[in-house]
Amino acid sequence: MSGTVMIPGSPSHRSAQRPGVRGDIIAAGRGLAFGGLMLAGLGLLLVPVIALILVGLGAGVVIDATALPGIQRAVLGLLLILTGLLMGRLLMLGVLLAVRRLAILTRRLAREWCGVPIAEAYLPPPGIGIVSGTGNGKLSFQQRLWWLVSDPATWRDLLWATMNAVVGWILALLPAMLVGVGLIGFIAPTLRHVIEIPPPAFPGNSPPVLILIGAAFVTLGLAAAPWLLRAYGGFAGAMLGPPGQAELALRVRHLAQTRAETLDSGAAEIRRIERDLHDGAQARLVAMGMALSAADELLDANPAAARALLTEARDASAKALAELRALVRGVHPPVLADRGLAAAIQALALDSRLKVDVLGSLPGRPQPPVESAAYFAVCELLANVSKHAGARQAWIDMRYEHGLLRVDVADDGHGGADPAAGTGLHGIERRLAAFDGILALNSPPGGPTVVTMEIPCALSSPKTSSC
Amino acid sequence: MRVVIAEDLFLLRDGLTRLLEAHGLEVSAAVDNGKDLLEVLTADPSGVPDVAVVDVRLPPTFTDEGLRAALAARREVPGLPVLVLSQYVEQLYARELLACGDGGIGYLLKDRVFDSAQFVDAVRRVAAGGTAMDPEVIARLLARNSGDGALAALSPREREVLGLMAEGRSNAAIAQRLFVSERAVAKHTASIFLKLGLQPSDDDNRRVLAVLAYLGR
Repeated sequence: MSGTVMIPGSPSHRSAQRPGVRGDIIAAGRGLAFGGLMLAGLGLLLVPVIALILVGLGAGVVIDATALPGIQRAVLGLLLILTGLLMGRLLMLGVLLAVRRLAILTRRLAREWCGVPIAEAYLPPPGIGIVSGTGNGKLSFQQRLWWLVSDPATWRDLLWATMNAVVGWILALLPAMLVGVGLIGFIAPTLRHVIEIPPPAFPGNSPPVLILIGAAFVTLGLAAAPWLLRAYGGFAGAMLGPPGQAELALRVRHLAQTRAETLDSGAAEIRRIERDLHDGAQARLVAMGMALSAADELLDANPAAARALLTEARDASAKALAELRALVRGVHPPVLADRGLAAAIQALALDSRLKVDVLGSLPGRPQPPVESAAYFAVCELLANVSKHAGARQAWIDMRYEHGLLRVDVADDGHGGADPAAGTGLHGIERRLAAFDGILALNSPPGGPTVVTMEIPCALSSPKTSSC
Repeated sequence: MRVVIAEDLFLLRDGLTRLLEAHGLEVSAAVDNGKDLLEVLTADPSGVPDVAVVDVRLPPTFTDEGLRAALAARREVPGLPVLVLSQYVEQLYARELLACGDGGIGYLLKDRVFDSAQFVDAVRRVAAGGTAMDPEVIARLLARNSGDGALAALSPREREVLGLMAEGRSNAAIAQRLFVSERAVAKHTASIFLKLGLQPSDDDNRRVLAVLAYLGR
């Protein structure tokens, strides 16, 4: 599977299909822009070529000097080699980064202009978990260079820049060149009145013929422009998109990361449950046993004291039950187990101190792990709303479309929620990431705040209704 | 009084049977799943019990089978008194029970069985068409309504009375519980209804349902 997937109906796709002369002119202009990028890439590629030539030249001079001893020439040769190597080393990073920026820009333009989305598959900078194109400034020169050189995507970009220098002339620049030449056909006869231009070499150089030929060139250039632009998009997609292997590598990296986080949070959860059981219900049961055996001993001698101990034991059992209930509610809430996500969210809304309206419904039930993740995410978001937002009302909207479970939690609070401030939103994000789910926060100052989560999942059989 | 018990754990089923029989109630059937329960409750019009004591979680699904069977039975036999027991109380389920006809509804934590006198009182109350809501349901309803201006206007004593009333207790029971006279409770009740803007009523059950409807709106 390659990264070049056409998205029907997307805005970029539609604009690439715009009909008429205006669309043709735009397409030619876009081709011209791609051509400019191509020339920039060509310029960048020349830098290492010049460095290589310097090294070669220097080596030649040195060899020459050893054959015919001449100390000055040997020094000159060595200097040339040194300059070449230094240039290569110093400029290498800049060139590679610049080529990468060009590639990123080309991908963006290919998506917006040609309707060809191209996935990016760069390795993340060392020590940072977030995929970003150009890294950050905290790495040393050496680290940055190694990061770029060790990434196969860098070499694919370079290959693209090289191929582009050949293909780009035809696919990107041709329409603009045709139009340009054609326009000269219009202008040349006019110019001839103003300045002296030697008549063209071919026969039939009268102005009407020139204008006709010019018109033909312009028409051809414009007619070809949209086709060639689309072809260029295809070329860019083929060259700049990650090959299947790189895409798999990206996926594996994502899975490894989310799996590690899921295991971590699972282990932490088990530790918490163990601690709660140990300090709570278990301790109460011990106390209960002790009170019962003491009551047993006192039964004949002091019935009143025995009775007091029995009451104590009963209270301890009630408390143990209450603690177990709270614990189970935190692990797997009963309504979620009984009725599924939609009903559990309803129940959550009923229990909230805020006025919470639940809208929408789900045509079935997601897999239990997805249900649980979505439920606890909503739980935490609602808790955030009542703790931080200063809201009077909240809304929860849930629906299932195109294989995506989508839940919005909105409130009428003061907004300005900062995802960097607490660990809560990041925690939810991490838990959803285990299901390839995402979380989006929109909280302008002054409100309203809307948090949206989306989890790709399948739904099972429709829920059964009740009274 | 004839009682049907639905509970899948043998120890609890047995314990409940003995507890109710010790208080002079007749256990006409004790079943361990939702299907049998529905059959017992709806099969024979002459054999309809005075009250059913039902565990929410029953085989075969071990989800809310008992609750569903109870609601289904009430649709078949309107007004059939049902007392639902559960390890958990959920507002959602309390709502569904209350929405399913007027009165004869109970929803209690299983822990309440520990206090056998109170529990048997709840069973009798439900059998008589009254209401028995778990204090935890009421506490959460009150917490949810804590932002309500009318509720905030109640005195602490009135809030206490409101809570007990919402659980389904009569004036006499509330008076006994709070160590005050029945007249004092009646005065509090009238004041509560005035402050909440509810229609006063002499009928205990109507009053309870009005309060629950107010808190659950």
